[in-house]
Amino acid sequence: MNFIKSLVLLLLSMASYTAVAVEYRKFDQPEQEAVYKVLIEELRCLVCQNQTIADSNAELAQDLRRQVYEMLQQGKSKDEIAEFMTQRYGDFVLYNPPFKAKTGLLWIGPIVFLLIGLVMLFLFTRRKRNTQNIKLTEEEIKQKTKIRNLLNDEAEQ
Amino acid sequence: MFKYLAPLVLFIVMAIFLALGLNLNPRDIPSPLINQAAPDFSLPVLGQTGRVLTKDALIGDVWIFNVWASWCGSCRIEHPIFNQLAKKKLVTLVGLNYKDEPEAAKQWLAQLGNPYDISVMDQEGRTGIDYGVYGVPETFIIDKKGIVRYKHTGPVEVYDMQNTLIPLIKQLQAEI
Repeated sequence: MNFIKSLVLLLLSMASYTAVAVEYRKFDQPEQEAVYKVLIEELRCLVCQNQTIADSNAELAQDLRRQVYEMLQQGKSKDEIAEFMTQRYGDFVLYNPPFKAKTGLLWIGPIVFLLIGLVMLFLFTRRKRNTQNIKLTEEEIKQKTKIRNLLNDEAEQ
Repeated sequence: MFKYLAPLVLFIVMAIFLALGLNLNPRDIPSPLINQAAPDFSLPVLGQTGRVLTKDALIGDVWIFNVWASWCGSCRIEHPIFNQLAKKKLVTLVGLNYKDEPEAAKQWLAQLGNPYDISVMDQEGRTGIDYGVYGVPETFIIDKKGIVRYKHTGPVEVYDMQNTLIPLIKQLQAEI
């Protein structure tokens, strides 16, 4: 019983941990609020690199959320805000970076590795099949039965 | 032959990737500001009530823009190195006192020495955002035309100062 109690407590504390307090923002237009929510999920917190600014409560994340909010209030579009951020922090700030020469490997890499894997799989399975269909010569068949007999004798003893 | 070489080749490729990965610093994000005009600012000067410094006032000089704060632990590591640089009177040192309390900042300088010719206060962190600051301390070198030429993230160590910063400063000062 105690175990279950502590488990529930642990889960509850984890829940409150992931739901980091994101300050309340008032929007006049629901569209702006929607863009705000999308943007803070797409911008990386550069202090805690594997979190978005929506997830992080680092000071920088708070400041960047404020920046996004203010720019939306000024009537800036989603692309303008993303542009503003990349001018200052580089493509790394975007969780969804644009496809270009510098980020090409990032986008194509997984497909290339998948293809390499498929080719390897194909090559290896084909080779295995070949070994099963090898034709034995008369001499080899004789040897094979001889070996088998020897093995059987051994097993009987 | 392929059968025996394949694992070896695979191992070498993986080893190269792992070695590269280990030697990369994930904190070192290339700044898009390099070779761009330094972002404008107009900020109050620390310790001089009413005085404001703008970026344009620094044009014509090579200057170092060092982001620091009294709450920043690793700023203490690089601080003596900047104190040493200041003694050489080689370059204008401007401090960006980032998201700090003026009183705490003044006390910090009084205690550890003040290498800065001037420090400006960015209490809201807006100039910090313009400069893409994400990990204090950070150090920018800006040339006579106001172009950012170099950025260092994290504490500057003796090695960086002697082998990168000072040679670059001298080179930029020689530019017309």
